[in-house]
Amino acid sequence: MAFTAFSGNTKAVEQHPRRQGWVVLLLLAPGIAYMLLFFVAPFIQLALTALQAPAASGGIGQYVAALEFGNYWTALSEYWPHLVRSFIYALTATIIGLLISYPLAYLIGVKVRSKPMLQGILLILVVAPFFISMLLRTLAWKSILPSELIGTHFSVIFGLVYNFIPFMVLPMFASLQALDLRLLEAGSDLYASPVTTFRRVTLPLSMPGIVSGTLLSFIPMSGDYVVASREFLGGTSTAMIGNVIESNFLQTQNYPMAAALSIMLMVIILIMIATYVRKSGAEDLL
Amino acid sequence: MKKFSLGKAFVPVVGAIGLIYLLLPIAHVILFSFNEKRGRNNIIWNGFTLANWQNPCGAPQVCTAFGNSIMVGLVSTVIATVLGTMIAIALVRYRFKFRSTISLLLFTPMATPEVVLGAGLAAQFLLAGVEKGLGTVILAHVMFCISYVVVAVKARVASLNPAIEEAGRDLYASPGQVFWRITLPMLMPGIIGAALLSFALSFDDFIITNFNSGTATTFPKFIYVSALKGVPAQANVLASIVLIGALLLVIIVQSVNISRQKKLATR
Repeated sequence: MAFTAFSGNTKAVEQHPRRQGWVVLLLLAPGIAYMLLFFVAPFIQLALTALQAPAASGGIGQYVAALEFGNYWTALSEYWPHLVRSFIYALTATIIGLLISYPLAYLIGVKVRSKPMLQGILLILVVAPFFISMLLRTLAWKSILPSELIGTHFSVIFGLVYNFIPFMVLPMFASLQALDLRLLEAGSDLYASPVTTFRRVTLPLSMPGIVSGTLLSFIPMSGDYVVASREFLGGTSTAMIGNVIESNFLQTQNYPMAAALSIMLMVIILIMIATYVRKSGAEDLL
Repeated sequence: MKKFSLGKAFVPVVGAIGLIYLLLPIAHVILFSFNEKRGRNNIIWNGFTLANWQNPCGAPQVCTAFGNSIMVGLVSTVIATVLGTMIAIALVRYRFKFRSTISLLLFTPMATPEVVLGAGLAAQFLLAGVEKGLGTVILAHVMFCISYVVVAVKARVASLNPAIEEAGRDLYASPGQVFWRITLPMLMPGIIGAALLSFALSFDDFIITNFNSGTATTFPKFIYVSALKGVPAQANVLASIVLIGALLLVIIVQSVNISRQKKLATR
């Protein structure tokens, strides 16, 4: 699984799997029951809510079970700009994030590997943002950036890139840390230029980290509604799909609309991930 | 004289810029915890004061929200760590039907945007007629923390050498003794790491919390709600305390690890 790269690299030891029905059941039952109850069932409920119709009483937030597939059409025709914008923001931010994170991960994982002390300090600096509320850090940018920039596409993408850099650096660091430096030496011994060595050796070997790093940031970015909201780095023209889902669910209580948008977001993301994983040749990493 | 190489300088320079980009807002948050109060906002620098640090609970609701976040984080972490560790052991050590389905079930929450997880749970609670509050926040946090715990602990279980447990069994230890005296202690570093990750994720979660908290406040929700009229400097103080505490913890754990490794090396 690509995401395992996130937890660092621990060498797997040959295990001898056993069959012991009741022990497995005992170990799995509580956790799996929990996931069925609080992950699978809510998903089904979301899909059903997306098909609800307004109740005859007509009160706010009053809906009854129905098969109103038209909700999807209404959601799409009303909010397609937000959907498109979310994915453009998330894709742009992922690419910029990759360009900033990879050199940082390379610095920590390869360049300073011979100095464990420095490497430790740099790693701590990269994870430090995890310990300060993401909302406070985003607000800090609001007061650091010039006020003319706030509420623009630039400030939203800037904020998205910022918030997800550690999520990119860590998996990339994990795979670069595992890179055998002798391979790079071999490359230069065989008269490959540094660029060729990078392209033919380093890059392919760090692919697992790149795939999980970009996924770990692209997915949450596309559903984010903090950065783009008006109280933070967004403005009237920057609302993302997450902002729309939030306001439909929590403010106007249009549950079917919020649910239909959520399902669409999820389906589009799954299609994009599947394509990306296949294109990057990383199927076996998942 | 050695020629200046653009290629050589590129990585350190871009890396340093990346680090400054990462750390600038943190410096800002800490700096503004010393900002003198004038009006409600904490956006413009008014002057240096220690007043906020002397009275971190001075702003209404800020410590209630902070306490709620710690409580939610602790309870969710304990539940998620226990359930996740059990699943991780089962997934690595045993072969059984639906094993890959179960792996997929645990992986999917990490590949789902939080807004979808939040809306789904909120829809579920709405249908079930459950009133939203800190309880529903905990139920939600345990759900997404389990996945991360499973991933982190699985890596540790996979690196355990089963021969050590076999040796225990050969010495007539009961299955319970093998588990409590060999397996669990050897898994501990992984479990502690998973628990810390889980606490950090829960403590900082806003999106799922916002959908499922009703009128209850957590620290991130407090910041979101007060963002419009100005976040009090006390929020910066509490956030800085968390950062300092976490960094100290990381440094202590690291130096214990290093000294332990040194000891092993000199043996």
